[in-house]
Amino acid sequence: MGQITLQGVRKSFGPVNIIKDANLDIENGSFVVFVGPSGCGKTTLLRLIAGLEDVTGGQILIDGRNVVDVPPAKRGLSMVFQSYALYPHMSVRGNIAFGLKMAGLPRPEINRKVEAAAATLNLTPYLDRKPRELSGGQRQRVAIGRAIVREPKAFLFDEPLSNLDAALRVQMRLEVTKLQKQLATTAVYVTHDQVEAMTMADKIVVLNAGRIEQYGSPLELYEHPANLFVAGFIGSPKMNFVPGEVAGEAGVAIIGIRPEHLKIGKDGDGWPGRVSVAEHLGSDTFLYVEGGKLGTLTVRYVGELSLRAGDRVWLTPDPARMHRFNKEGSVIRTS
Amino acid sequence: MEPLGRQEAAMTTQQVIATQQTQVVATEQTQVLGRALLSPAVVLLFIWMIVPLAMTIYFSTLHYTLMDSENWSFVGLENFRYFLTDPAFLTSLQNTLVLVGSVLAITILLGTPLALLLDQPVIGRSVVRLMVIAPFFVMPTVSALVWKNLLMHPVSGLFAWIANLFGLTPIDWFNDAPMLAVILIVAWQWLPFATLILLTALQSQDEEQKEAAEMDGASALSTFIYLTLPHLARPITVVVLIETIFLLTVFAEIFVTTGGGPGLQTTNIAFLIYSQALIQFDVGNASAGGLVAVVIANIVAFFLVRIIGRNLEV
Repeated sequence: MGQITLQGVRKSFGPVNIIKDANLDIENGSFVVFVGPSGCGKTTLLRLIAGLEDVTGGQILIDGRNVVDVPPAKRGLSMVFQSYALYPHMSVRGNIAFGLKMAGLPRPEINRKVEAAAATLNLTPYLDRKPRELSGGQRQRVAIGRAIVREPKAFLFDEPLSNLDAALRVQMRLEVTKLQKQLATTAVYVTHDQVEAMTMADKIVVLNAGRIEQYGSPLELYEHPANLFVAGFIGSPKMNFVPGEVAGEAGVAIIGIRPEHLKIGKDGDGWPGRVSVAEHLGSDTFLYVEGGKLGTLTVRYVGELSLRAGDRVWLTPDPARMHRFNKEGSVIRTS
Repeated sequence: MEPLGRQEAAMTTQQVIATQQTQVVATEQTQVLGRALLSPAVVLLFIWMIVPLAMTIYFSTLHYTLMDSENWSFVGLENFRYFLTDPAFLTSLQNTLVLVGSVLAITILLGTPLALLLDQPVIGRSVVRLMVIAPFFVMPTVSALVWKNLLMHPVSGLFAWIANLFGLTPIDWFNDAPMLAVILIVAWQWLPFATLILLTALQSQDEEQKEAAEMDGASALSTFIYLTLPHLARPITVVVLIETIFLLTVFAEIFVTTGGGPGLQTTNIAFLIYSQALIQFDVGNASAGGLVAVVIANIVAFFLVRIIGRNLEV
């Protein structure tokens, strides 16, 4: 079991409020990703759940039990740190076994569990090596091994892939997701990379300035962002925001339209503009279009589109996929 | 097109060779210049070392006392035989090792917890740190005098006053426990050094590792044993090596407090050589002793490096 509930959790460092009233319900077995810009409090929130920081107010329930006064080790969670935090003078075996040794398990049982974890993570040939003799990806796996061997109620990941190179990151992303599904253990994962968030998560928590902006599945956030912040943060390239006259005609403060939902044509219809930069990726074409009073709009076209800087184009937004926001930045639901 | 291409290639090869030659010449010039500029310092240092050493070796083969400086004669290795078979030699060698070992043990066993305490966030930490480090700045002669006359004096010392307060008989440190007294004084001087080195090492310990251990359920004691101590292995090695070098030659503290006595109880090798030279005025014998001390220091260094030097390897 691993149901984690936050009720009105607050955290301040002196006069600075890092987390302002966080309420969250993490279901057993789900993969939840905290995502947000740096300094939004996502790591702090994770550390509060882990018990490495004390809450200023509110409750954290794990399987219905309030754990705010329970020390980290007794919460039944395990954590993978950004720097891996492997014990440098211990072998891989020693690193993975440390938690079990501290729990006072008998040696044969420790060995059995460590070897099982090592087999799961393809670490068996490296069990007697020191962390410094391993590559980045292997170290990462040792850190994960240290977490899974304790059979925790939930895994906490603090930006675990940010020290890996791009190719390895994609591979580890898959491995972590597969492992989590296989173990069916709750996972809370912190990242600033929205691609990681979108690909790995069952549910995403978007944080901004210590506040939970939206909590939902990746596609929910993509299709129905609750506000300007989420709309701008989720999706790449960023959503286009059109304020002013055009939005006023639609009776709202701001119109948001994703680059992939703008139809581009060489003649005729819609908003006129001029291509300022065209990026040809082969599979996609990204166009930055000067739209006069619309501002600069980003357009994504799947496939190759032979347009170049300076070409005149017309843009037609897909009305069904337009997002309308009021002055406060909240979305206006039309349906 | 083709001849032109070949010509270009040839040009390039020549240019490459030329460049390489210039580089070789430049490197040679740099090396020669470097040596030339370095040599005055090296020569000066060499003379500084070799003249006293040569003089000591020369004197060690002479029968030469200041009491009778007119009559000196060449005696070969007689001084060495005399120094090494002197019962005072073995006693002072033993005293030297006891002094070095005890001070090392005290400074590391007390320095580690002290460093751990100073690593905690406390009010006025910088002031506390400065005060802890202060003894290291007091010159040995002064601190020995303070300990002798203000602290350990059996009549007017602070320790005697405290003992009297509890109705106990004050300890006459320099008569009843002279070696312990010297060890305490020297350890007091070297404790800050050990603490300082260990403190900086503690501050370089990775915070996330400690947190990982906390998540793994390690108690403060387990974290210390399994994480902090291995992390401190290297700085402890450094402390042991550096302190040993200086502790083998402790002199001022003994000279000021006990004068090597009572009897030979606090005479170490350094003090024995001093007493041969400037109490018994036997220059030849003292020179031989000095050379023996050099050999002993090298033997100790050899074993230290063999035993604990491995910790310094990456």
